[in-house]
Amino acid sequence: MANKAPGLPSLADLIAKVKSGEIFKEISKQITESQVWTSSFRHGYADTPRNRVLQIASNVWLHLHPVKMHRHALRIKFTWCMGGITFLLFLSTVVTGVILMFYYRPVGEYAYYDMKYLQYDVPFGMLMRNMHRWAAHAMVITVWLHMFRVFLTGSYKPPREFNWVIGVFLVTFTLLLSFTGYLLPWDQLAMWAVTVGTNMARATPFLGNEGPFAEYVGVTPRYDARSVLLGGSLVGPPALLRFYVLHCIFIPLVAGALMIVHFWRIRKDGGISGPL
Amino acid sequence: MAVAPKKKVEATPEKVHVWPYLVRLEFMCAILVILALTVWSIGIDAPLEEAANPTKTPNPSKAPWYFLGLQDILVYFDPWFAGVVAPVLIIVGLMLIPYLDVNPKGNGYYTYEERKLAIWVYCFGFLVLWIALIIMGVFLRGPGWNLFMPWQYWDPHKVVALTSVDLPYAFGVRTYNMAMFVGGVVICGYFAIGTGVYFFLERKAIKYVGFLRMFIKIQLYLIMIGIVIKIVLRLGFNIKYVWVTPWFNI
Ligand code: HEM
Repeated sequence: MANKAPGLPSLADLIAKVKSGEIFKEISKQITESQVWTSSFRHGYADTPRNRVLQIASNVWLHLHPVKMHRHALRIKFTWCMGGITFLLFLSTVVTGVILMFYYRPVGEYAYYDMKYLQYDVPFGMLMRNMHRWAAHAMVITVWLHMFRVFLTGSYKPPREFNWVIGVFLVTFTLLLSFTGYLLPWDQLAMWAVTVGTNMARATPFLGNEGPFAEYVGVTPRYDARSVLLGGSLVGPPALLRFYVLHCIFIPLVAGALMIVHFWRIRKDGGISGPL
Repeated sequence: MAVAPKKKVEATPEKVHVWPYLVRLEFMCAILVILALTVWSIGIDAPLEEAANPTKTPNPSKAPWYFLGLQDILVYFDPWFAGVVAPVLIIVGLMLIPYLDVNPKGNGYYTYEERKLAIWVYCFGFLVLWIALIIMGVFLRGPGWNLFMPWQYWDPHKVVALTSVDLPYAFGVRTYNMAMFVGGVVICGYFAIGTGVYFFLERKAIKYVGFLRMFIKIQLYLIMIGIVIKIVLRLGFNIKYVWVTPWFNI
């Protein structure tokens, strides 16, 4: 026994270590002190003030938060958590939306049948579609409630005027996101809701062919505000493609950028407003 | 390993660490919301009707529910106002709120006492002109955009007598040009008198609120009240337009 190679433990030793639980500590120590681990995860859960700060400041996802905040801003009664919920719902639509994009083609001949395929043949396709749609509807409601809360607490008053203005852009883009998505299933509901909505563009003063003063500008049904939106004089395949690009690329990018500015401004304006 | 002096942190009323105090709240909130969304999505399927058919117009054709307030205003106003100018005014008006409301009180806490008018105006616009009209549009508007109570059959052939007349006609004006003149006087007079009365009542405030601010504010109020007046005129007195011109009608 004495001339056994060092480092090779005996079976009896090993069993003793398993029994005492020692071995698990050793393994976890080896993993968490390995180069791979320490390079990936910078901080543990040590409950020290320094570590609490580092958790926020050195994490790319969390660092839009401030490191410290006023205690009163934690109260759900104050914020209703509505801004956060709106953001979460936005993220849910991004994730489920990307999954839907794998199966959906924004082409007149395919779009509707891709929806059917998604619903009946794609595993979890119906669930993804439902989550995408309900999260989008819910987001419209929560963003209105968020705005209502911000108004009721007077949080748009100095120094937060600018963030309120960004907010109004955000609520507008939220509605536009929802509206452009409404067309994509390419069913009767979609086509006619969007027809009703975009018909309004026809009446734009100066720029719509039925709008006031249109005759002085010379717009026609085939060349006015509405046809620019639709890529034609009715809601057809070009409109589907346009709405798809707006819905999946342009508006999410702009809205996402504005959200980052919105969050940044909350910090720069001194955190959540409070009675101070 | 040093343990954070928990007692001390909690005894300080002012500031707390975001990790863990806020992050844990956000985390729990996120779990609840995702759970609710998942259950909702398992339980209720998103609608998918028959394939789009440009030759088959459904009756009623409704915009997405969040625009039904605007669609309902279409009953009372022409599309250039209900569909274009009104939404633009709503967006611009909302953006102007922080610059028009100079009341320094009620910043960062709930209060009704200290800013009654502001709360009233916002609640009226949001809860009545926006939300109530949406609810009406979703549940009570049937074929032909006629009103149906929830227990009534949606009769597509329901005929509602269109007996409405223009306001100048109701006043006895019969020629087109005269009617245009009278209508213009009514609309412009409404804004001029409204503005004048407001400035007179608030004359002491002009100094610290500022002329431009007060002017924009009263125009927005007058437009909002004007929409209500128009709805009342239509429903109560069968008035179609107040002002008819070759270019636009109000
Ligand atoms: C996509 C839409 C939006 C997202 C994701 C969002 C997100 C947030 C979040 C997470 C907060 C932190 C406090 C809270 O949750 O209440 C916040 C605060 C704020 N939001 Fe939004 N928001 C959105 C739209 C809006 C809109 C439409 C407005 C107003 C027109 C607005 C104005 C503000 C203001 C002024 C604050 C600071 C509140 C305070 O200091 O008490 N936001 N937002």
